[in-house]
Amino acid sequence: MTNIADAFILKSDARATPVWLSRLKSARPGRLSAWLVPALILAAWQATASLGWLSVNVLPSPAGVVRAFWKLTLSGELAANIGVSFVRAALGFAIGGGIGFALGLANGLSRISETLTDSTLQMVRNIPHLALIPLVILWFGIDEGAKLFLVALGVFFPVYLNTLHGVRNVDPQLIEMGSSYGMTRGDLFRRVILPGALPSIFVGLRFALGVMWLTLIVAETIAAQSGLGYMAMQAREFMQTDIVVLAIIIYALLGKAADAAARLLERRFLQWNPAYQAQGARP
Amino acid sequence: MNAVQPHAAKAAIPDFSGLFREPSRGVPIHAHKLGRRFGALQVLHALDLHVPAGQFLAIVGRSGCGKSTLLRILAGLDHPTSGDYRLGEEAAAHGPRAEARIMFQEPRLLPWASVLANVEVGLSGVTSTADSRRRALETLAAVGLEDRAAHWPSVLSGGQKQRVALARALVSRPRFLALDEPLGALDALTRIEMQGLIEKVWQESGFTAVLVTHDVSEALALADRVVMIEDGRIALDMAVPLPRPRRRGSVDLALLEERILAQLLQRDKVQPEYVI
Repeated sequence: MTNIADAFILKSDARATPVWLSRLKSARPGRLSAWLVPALILAAWQATASLGWLSVNVLPSPAGVVRAFWKLTLSGELAANIGVSFVRAALGFAIGGGIGFALGLANGLSRISETLTDSTLQMVRNIPHLALIPLVILWFGIDEGAKLFLVALGVFFPVYLNTLHGVRNVDPQLIEMGSSYGMTRGDLFRRVILPGALPSIFVGLRFALGVMWLTLIVAETIAAQSGLGYMAMQAREFMQTDIVVLAIIIYALLGKAADAAARLLERRFLQWNPAYQAQGARP
Repeated sequence: MNAVQPHAAKAAIPDFSGLFREPSRGVPIHAHKLGRRFGALQVLHALDLHVPAGQFLAIVGRSGCGKSTLLRILAGLDHPTSGDYRLGEEAAAHGPRAEARIMFQEPRLLPWASVLANVEVGLSGVTSTADSRRRALETLAAVGLEDRAAHWPSVLSGGQKQRVALARALVSRPRFLALDEPLGALDALTRIEMQGLIEKVWQESGFTAVLVTHDVSEALALADRVVMIEDGRIALDMAVPLPRPRRRGSVDLALLEERILAQLLQRDKVQPEYVI
């Protein structure tokens, strides 16, 4: 009898989760835990560089990158180059995104406009826009026009396609409701079609921001006389790996900042969407 | 009024028009030889229907009999391919009219607008003003949802959403309300509550109401008159001369329901009987 009882106790003990494991499971990761791995990598990187295992010609130490950052900030070179790149990105994005948005709306709302332009656009879409670089250099030289053209072209398609998709997929029942409740075409667009297409438009926007930086980096490293990409290429000529790495990090930060801004806008404009709602959210 | 159609003579019943309430602010509806064809398919066949002002008419029938098409024509969402109809005195053109409102089977609320703004949609052409907000709030209060005015539709239950849709339909004080199976997707209890609410607002506002439903007991609980449509024609036109509020499950209702169901199920009689 006692043996059987013991067996039961043992069994139930074995089933119980050890204290340390249940603590580990129930522990919620703090906000800082996400930075743990990057911090470790950074420490390891600095250590290998300080011990001389890592040649400066291959990769500079993190401290070296910080020094480069400080030096270029003081000389004003960094701010100027970031400014130039930022203006190129913003202008190209505004031009390409604006045209893409307008054409997406037009083709989503009008059959005639769609028949006229959509198949042409779909053909152009299948050309990788960076393949046009030789041609673009022939057309624009290495002026600002070349960079703006490439960025605008790269940004155009994600914005166009997602705007068109969004307008097409607005619930037809809502449109019928709106028109049966006496909304004019303008009302219908403003109050039903545009808000209904907005989630999809935001997808296009975020995608376009990624394409924007990618295009700009490529365009600036190939043909430019200023900007972050130019700064990195100049540094390569003189084996200044610290400046090259600095430029890469700044590209990453700018890309992250653009994405964060887009997410902020998303949360602001899509509050109604349960996917973006905190519990008990109100308008 | 002559509620009994010639081809429905077998279902002849006395004229109960005297029992209908006094003339109200509802509009009368006259449909004359109304036909609707989709390609080769004739959905409505020269249908004549007269709905006196302020009447609550229920249209029943099997799925695909043309009852929703008829309602959509009356509400201005569709147009007849032959015949004509009048809403009040004016010949009705296809298109939305401020005096006619429709409540759909789905709530069809704008998910990106607050409950209050959704009700304001019913005040067509009016941009949000203090006055429109006040009227929308009053109507929300009438359906018991004034405390949800600032919420998003996505946090409401199905019955609450349909109540917001009812408020949106009522806020412009329509003279004709078309109800396209608005309670079809609700659970049984919410349905009964909503039926009570619709009856209450109809009695208070006196609009002409046309309800399309496949639920015969719902039609009998609410309507002054039940019309049954079969193959795009009126197969039965019957007054429901019972006092309100009607008691659910009363013998009178059951007898009427049996009559309508008998007619609805007539076709099934040719099926072989099963012997157990």
